[in-house]
Amino acid sequence: MKITFWGTRGSLPAPLSGRSVRRKLVNALVKGANRGLDTPEKAEAFCDEAMSFAEWSTFGGNTSCVQVDTGGTDYLICDLGSGAREFSLSALGKHGPAAPQTYHVLVSHVHWDHIMGFPFFVPAFIPGNHIRIYSCHPKFEEAIRGQSHAPCFPVEFSALPASIEFITLETGVPYEIAGATVTGMAQLHGGESFGYRIEHDGKTAVYTTDAEYKPDDYGLMDRTAAFFRGADLVIFDAMYSLAESISVKEDWGHSSNIMGVELCQMAGARQLCLFHHEPVNDDQRIQDILAETLRFEEITRSGDKLEICAAYDGLVLEL
Amino acid sequence: MTFNESRFGGAVLIRPAGRIDLSNAEAFKEALLAALASATTAVVVDLGAIDYISSAGLRSMVIALRSAKSASKGFAVSGLTPMVLEIFTISRFNLVFSIHASARDALAAVSPDALIAFDAS
Ligand SMILES: [Zn+2]
Ligand SMILES: [Zn+2]
Repeated sequence: MKITFWGTRGSLPAPLSGRSVRRKLVNALVKGANRGLDTPEKAEAFCDEAMSFAEWSTFGGNTSCVQVDTGGTDYLICDLGSGAREFSLSALGKHGPAAPQTYHVLVSHVHWDHIMGFPFFVPAFIPGNHIRIYSCHPKFEEAIRGQSHAPCFPVEFSALPASIEFITLETGVPYEIAGATVTGMAQLHGGESFGYRIEHDGKTAVYTTDAEYKPDDYGLMDRTAAFFRGADLVIFDAMYSLAESISVKEDWGHSSNIMGVELCQMAGARQLCLFHHEPVNDDQRIQDILAETLRFEEITRSGDKLEICAAYDGLVLEL
Repeated sequence: MTFNESRFGGAVLIRPAGRIDLSNAEAFKEALLAALASATTAVVVDLGAIDYISSAGLRSMVIALRSAKSASKGFAVSGLTPMVLEIFTISRFNLVFSIHASARDALAAVSPDALIAFDAS
């Protein structure tokens, strides 16, 4: 199973500002001064060896869209945030517009950051493509149709030439989707939200975003650990710090890096991926949060090591 | 987890020992709330004998802090071991709680009477 992250921000897109680019540039020039970096090869090697990810790159600013590749011909993605446009362009680039494809989409919920990419989902504009949109959310069809509608968008949903279907899923029931087995779980989040456990060929990825986990709700903690049980990867809403999520931002519907580590430890999961980054956090901040999370895992480890990464637009994970 | 409680003036100093996790966070919360009920001015939680506190234990402390605020009583924390201090920092609870190096410092911060009683003990 191969996971590709096309959008990893929470709430709204967060493009890198010109000021941030300049700060990175100034930092790189100072760090690289008097090092004889007079060829692209030397400069590339310098980036790899002497600079951190936040210094030479960016976590990106698109909202939620994660591709799950199970090796079949059909596509499977989770959510239609602004990253879905990048995904769709890449898929079209691979096959060309003349070769119709089937796209399966799992929608966690209908907050705007998770569906805003659909009006720009290029395969919907090409006849012959099949788009099958699945969700446990009761209003996903209404919301996705509703945003491709005047006065908010100039192309009416009904005018889209691709064949588009909406399939409602029930929680706790396994479904065969794009060759994978997909099971949904209800999550705590304003207006409802659903996580998905995706299994294929002995590998398991869990996509759980826009989900609040309360440490003193023992039933919820146990149910969640069972849902994550033995997962190779848990893509986890780590938007807030633990202090925010269980005090001032309690009931705002999001979780923390610490809760991700604790739940993955309870579930015996192999890898945690911090996801749905707070849009005000810059690259350095997200990198620091990742370093702290690695340290927290280290000091709380009792069994096998839990691998941890922070999602960025363009990250590819092989499970 | 065990608790050791002592009273200094109107303040109660509570010293839990061991690990605080999902298995005993509820008992920890009840102990904090009971200490708050019996204190007239403040509660100080000395974590010097705690080697680990999970999110559930931190949640118990948040509930106690809220209860203290609504009763206009002080609530302070002291004696964090380096590892527990790291957990507070990573979770950002260092920004939420009033944290002091020693129980004496914490008592001094919450109530002058408590400090006098502590120094006299
Ligand atoms: Zn969101
Ligand atoms: Zn949401």
